[in-house]
Amino acid sequence: MNSMERTLAAITHTEGDRVPLFLLLSLYGAKELQIPIREYFSNPGNVARAQRRMQAKYRNDVLYTFSYAPVEIEAWGGEVVFVDDGPPNSGEPFLRSIEDIEKLEVPEIADCPGLLRVLETTSILKAEVGSETPIVGVAISPFSLPVMQMGFEKYLELMIFHPTEFDRLMRINEEFCVAWANAQLEAGATAICYFDPLASPLMVERERYLATGHLVAKRTIARIKGPTATHLASGIGLPIVDDLIATGTAIIGFSADEDLDRMKAACRNRICLLGNLNALEMRGWSPSRAASEVKNLIAKAGAGGGLLLADNHGEIPFQVPEDVLLAVSDAVREFGGYPLALR
Amino acid sequence: MMDMSQWTDSFERTLLQIDRVQAKDLFADFHRQHDGFQALEVLTAATLERIGGKWEEGTVSLSQVYMSGVICEELIEDYLPRLSISRKNDPRLAIAVLLDHHALGKRIVTSIVRAGGYDLLDFGQGVEVDELVRLTLEHRVEILLISTLMLPSALRVREVREKLTAAGSRVKIVVGGAPFRLDGTLWESVGADADGKNASDILGTLEAMTAGGR
Repeated sequence: MNSMERTLAAITHTEGDRVPLFLLLSLYGAKELQIPIREYFSNPGNVARAQRRMQAKYRNDVLYTFSYAPVEIEAWGGEVVFVDDGPPNSGEPFLRSIEDIEKLEVPEIADCPGLLRVLETTSILKAEVGSETPIVGVAISPFSLPVMQMGFEKYLELMIFHPTEFDRLMRINEEFCVAWANAQLEAGATAICYFDPLASPLMVERERYLATGHLVAKRTIARIKGPTATHLASGIGLPIVDDLIATGTAIIGFSADEDLDRMKAACRNRICLLGNLNALEMRGWSPSRAASEVKNLIAKAGAGGGLLLADNHGEIPFQVPEDVLLAVSDAVREFGGYPLALR
Repeated sequence: MMDMSQWTDSFERTLLQIDRVQAKDLFADFHRQHDGFQALEVLTAATLERIGGKWEEGTVSLSQVYMSGVICEELIEDYLPRLSISRKNDPRLAIAVLLDHHALGKRIVTSIVRAGGYDLLDFGQGVEVDELVRLTLEHRVEILLISTLMLPSALRVREVREKLTAAGSRVKIVVGGAPFRLDGTLWESVGADADGKNASDILGTLEAMTAGGR
């Protein structure tokens, strides 16, 4: 089986030849090419080259075109802060007050160099791998994007006390999210990772989510012209598995804090799991610890397909040693072959 | 007559519903039956601690934790002058977001610390290492609360610690934020004196440190 066939088997809840390995390597490519992070992301050729090299090195089943979350904020005129050893972060929020929402307009993808670079990376990779390897792009959900647009505190006040302005912001963000996701699919992405950390009950209680972000997700995902993976970026998801399934998403990126047995039981044959190695703890793992974590994850969540083995956050940190990633890759091959010997 | 546990139950319910009006009424009722500011502090601290614990268990959300803190801070703010109470400024406390620009964690902790009757200096967000060291020394801070969102920022707490120690400061550092919650040993490896898995831990931590604890 090639990576695409293996992944499709997992997503359709069947057992392929083995559990697919989805190392979500973004800024780690700068480490691979040994160039500064800012320089790395400034050139789509860099990103495509690193993705292919890391695909071979780690025998990875996915190509990941995600650059950094605030690349979307650049499109709205917001600031991005680069650091030497971590993901670029969004700077001061550009929506200074709730009144600013009234003047907000949907940015054009074609006007944002950062987004165009991601599209070019996607096109290069698509030309190289065709349909043999899934290419996963990222779009931040309209419901979660305001954390970067206006800051978390103001956004919570908006969500709780200003329903009219909240609704307006969601409608604007939905247009942008759909356009951005579909542009990536047109450029060659196989699927879109719909990052929605605020959907987690860790961040917003379920009742409020159902009245807000859930409706947004249903409207948005219905208009994205390809499969989506809803990622909660380390947030727990078990209490809202049924709700996420109802949005039409095919995959859930789940937390290292979840009870694996309960999560697998809730998702089996219904929604594919993507996760859940603790990305931050991986910094300090030994290769043998990495192997043991992979073995446990596959034993509890691999049966019957429905598992893409990945980290819990949606991005491997820059500080994780290469030998840990190699150990994860080896362990997937040792323990992840179907039929599983670990059941 | 409600006992303390019933008051805490009712107050918690009101806060989780983010009902400012009812919270204010309930606080006033409680104050009528319990003299003094200390009782208000006890109710607030016990309730916020319980809410923080439930966040850790995954049964309440961060938005509820945040709004509960804000409401409690407003209530305490209201009663301090009425009862001619001054905020506690011993030990000297300060809070900052190191390097990152997302201030929710700082805002939650600030609300809870203020709801506990403490005064604290706010050094802002996006604060560079050297600036944080300078401000800490200048204000002779005794307990420094550092919030971070991103791992690289969390790792640079080590640098803050080293520079403060080199300058002769014996400040205690308490860290919090996502990287510390997701990696339970990170706080020790960056040289902090304590961490908060949830923001409500801070009142217990301050009490322990003030009493010569960890």
